[in-house]
Amino acid sequence: MRYLPLSDDDRRAMLDAIGAASIDDLFADVPAAAQLSGPVEGLPMHMTEMAVERQLGGLAKQNLAAGDAPFFLGAGAYRHHIPSSVDHLIQRGEFLTAYTPYQPEIAQGTLQVLFEFQTQVARLYGCDVANASMYDGSTACWEAIGMARRITRRTKAVLSAGLHPHYVSVAQTMAKFTGDTLDIALPTLERGRPGDDMARLLAAIDDQTSCVVVQNPNILGHIADLSELAEACHAKGALLIAVVTEPVALGAIKAPGEMGADIVVGEGQSIGVGLQFGGPYLGLFATRDKYVRQMPGRLCGQTVDADGKRGFVLTLSTREQHIRREKATSNICTNSGLCALAFSIHMTLLGEKGLRELAAINHAKAVNAAEALAAVPGVELLNDSFFNEFTLRLAKPSRQIVRDLADKGILAGVALSRLYADGDGRENGLIVAVTETTTEEHVATLASALKEALA
Amino acid sequence: MTINQSGWRPEAPLANGAGDQPTFTGNRALMLEEPLLFEIGSTDRTGVDFEEAPKAASRLGGLERGKIDLPGLSEPETVRHYTRLSRQNYAIDLGVFPLGSCTMKHNPRLNERIARLPGFADIHPLQPVSTVQGALALIHLVGEWLCKLTGMPAVAMSPKAGAHGELCGLLAIRAALEARGDARSVILVPESAHGTNPATAAFCGYAVENIPATPEGRVNLEALKARLGPDVAAVMITNPNTCGLFERDMIAICEAVHQAGGLVYCDGANFNAIVGRVRPGDLGIDAMHINLHKTFSTPHGGGGPGAGPVVFSAALAPFAPLPFVEQNDDGFRLVEEETVEDHHAQAFGRMVAFHGQMGMFTRAASYMLSHGADGLRQVAEDAVLNANYVLRALEDVLDAPFAKSGPCMHEALFSDDGLPQGFTTLDIAKGLIDEGFHPMTVYFPLVVHGAMLVEPTETESKAGLDQFIGALRSVAERARAGDQSLKGAPHFSPRRRLDETAAARTPMLAQRRLADEDD
Repeated sequence: MRYLPLSDDDRRAMLDAIGAASIDDLFADVPAAAQLSGPVEGLPMHMTEMAVERQLGGLAKQNLAAGDAPFFLGAGAYRHHIPSSVDHLIQRGEFLTAYTPYQPEIAQGTLQVLFEFQTQVARLYGCDVANASMYDGSTACWEAIGMARRITRRTKAVLSAGLHPHYVSVAQTMAKFTGDTLDIALPTLERGRPGDDMARLLAAIDDQTSCVVVQNPNILGHIADLSELAEACHAKGALLIAVVTEPVALGAIKAPGEMGADIVVGEGQSIGVGLQFGGPYLGLFATRDKYVRQMPGRLCGQTVDADGKRGFVLTLSTREQHIRREKATSNICTNSGLCALAFSIHMTLLGEKGLRELAAINHAKAVNAAEALAAVPGVELLNDSFFNEFTLRLAKPSRQIVRDLADKGILAGVALSRLYADGDGRENGLIVAVTETTTEEHVATLASALKEALA
Repeated sequence: MTINQSGWRPEAPLANGAGDQPTFTGNRALMLEEPLLFEIGSTDRTGVDFEEAPKAASRLGGLERGKIDLPGLSEPETVRHYTRLSRQNYAIDLGVFPLGSCTMKHNPRLNERIARLPGFADIHPLQPVSTVQGALALIHLVGEWLCKLTGMPAVAMSPKAGAHGELCGLLAIRAALEARGDARSVILVPESAHGTNPATAAFCGYAVENIPATPEGRVNLEALKARLGPDVAAVMITNPNTCGLFERDMIAICEAVHQAGGLVYCDGANFNAIVGRVRPGDLGIDAMHINLHKTFSTPHGGGGPGAGPVVFSAALAPFAPLPFVEQNDDGFRLVEEETVEDHHAQAFGRMVAFHGQMGMFTRAASYMLSHGADGLRQVAEDAVLNANYVLRALEDVLDAPFAKSGPCMHEALFSDDGLPQGFTTLDIAKGLIDEGFHPMTVYFPLVVHGAMLVEPTETESKAGLDQFIGALRSVAERARAGDQSLKGAPHFSPRRRLDETAAARTPMLAQRRLADEDD
């Protein structure tokens, strides 16, 4: 077998050195009732590299890849072009096949990358400090709610109706077990400010509130100024948690940290990571200096070595499970290291200049696409403001239209019925995302297909 | 052209003494220093060309972004920056990486190729299911392998890492207990457990109590039985355990816990020792996470991303989280919140935004098919053989506290007992770095003083192991001889011992901007 270097002669020699008659001797502690006498039943035997490629390649071909279709899906995962050097560099064995930098003397590569990554995320979010990444945006969001509970010693979290419903769903799952109370609402398709519930949030903040969680741009694409909300939170001793699912947006719109958010979390997938059917993704997490000791997740910090040279180490680990065990700030052990590396490389290639250009292209293409689609009879654009994603109200339920268009090879967007229970007209909502990868032909194809479907 | 036109030959010994000579750059030949991105990049430089943005009126709501201060580099500078940084890392590709409990095995490159096929890598998690039948089939395939290899009837694929899988398992246990109106408040965890076990139990709202161990390093069955009662929700057990031993009484433990109305969570971190030879379901467990990045060779990536699917017994299967993949006559479907039907009403909820670590499922599938049922059995056997070979080769120079407790499984445990005054496990570890190896896991498990946990994995050759054993023996012998140079090790790595106390006292977690320094 190609991945196993030992020969039968090696095995024999090693058993002799150990003093064992056979390999079975080494499994003598396993109860006889649980020992299998041969390979597990019902599974195939080993395969050549070529055969594996053929079988799994066959499964891959059964999927409609985004690059092979007019593609308009977003809602928490976005398709962007990733420069080829990103994927080349993350496949360097020294990055790919290393582990958590427990031995910093021989892990300075990973550690310096994490330090640079933390700085990039903090600056992008307009915050003081960021951690070394988390599983994804949804789990980072829940961890932020837990952090607000620890800081404020309160348990009531108010979640905006514009927060990604899967993020809400994750928080609901966890809150059942931690005793947090979540004040939630479903989004309405209000023309002009879809999914915006600023008035509700402002009214809900009281002396028991640990935090308000708001997504910007929100799930329906609407962009809000968070400054007033931040002030209202602080006046009552609550924290403002802002969620960003599309980091490219921050190349164009003001960062939540600059609008007074105390914790900013989100999904980093757009930069460097790719769609990958939902994972692995990259949770970003940033906050103010004064809260750093309540922050979950790994942190890399600068220090010096025995010769006085600058170096980096994992630090503040007294917050973490391997030291604190049941008293840890979180049970998380790893981060999303390789995705953080990909993000950091892509962000380095972009730089501020490239990020701004990328954001400008996304926005301009989205504005033009929104206008083109809104011109189709039976299609109404709900957003006044948006970045690269907006919500349409169709004259018919959108889910069936999305399915029918998929049969024609068009990936039209995310029907709200995929995310929410129907009601309040949500079943007619369609979230459409447009990025630098979208062409004018794609938009024209979608427009004419919608025209036909709605006729 | 000819090589070496000068005709120079190394006939006489070269002058020595240049070893401490500083260089202008701070580099030492191939050992290259690399500045921070913030010291070499600038905000007006980029490594990406874009077409001009089309004309359009801004609809950003008047919230335009000001200065961000993100430096960029051109493509050649970027490639060089990260390539130079990469060379300051140790990695499996460079040699034995014997981190106990982490299973640092070879990462096959076929896995990487499969994961990058556009049909897997370039699909959106919310595409209509008719356009992702192959992806759902792939998730179903990996789930089926995991169920068959563990002898368990159900699997949750969405947990993102081992610790996330533990959380999934305990949430299902709590949901199952609550469904039968049986509120229990305590989870029992052996002292030797991974730190994630008590952290997860506490996160789920349980009180954590330790289970004592026997002198030979296994769970004390009698003490466990004495503690079981109506308040114990579950027992979390790692098997093989973190001392590298198989829990001989596992069947009896499961029976006792079930008799007392509790459930058994098995930490599957060490599944590599038994994959294909033992099905944990046959031991009677109720839930177990499987680290795909350990047993199934998906890359560790410098600290994630991992993947931690959880297999469930029939008792827990109805409580498995959303979403999941189901097969029916029309193909595969995805069960999510708005498609949950009556027979899934007990699902405990959602743990992540989408469907789990697809990029890890593709890699794991590639590995599973490559090995097959026969190859995986050989994996466990070679992993255990390699660990026992290391244990027996070194027990005369390093204390092996459980060497008499029977064969070890896939990892060999040593302690600092017998090292002379002033020498510690840390010195051994740092000495190994100078020998060109990544050290073993140190100071874990906590039940052994100065623990050194060596997990060679099955992908090491005998020659590679012999060299590693020789190096560790040499370091241990230097310590026993009182060689003070070991206290300063490592001497030859890109950095020497780092001041971790200073890092924690005054945390510097991000590069300060020049503007900040003016304040």
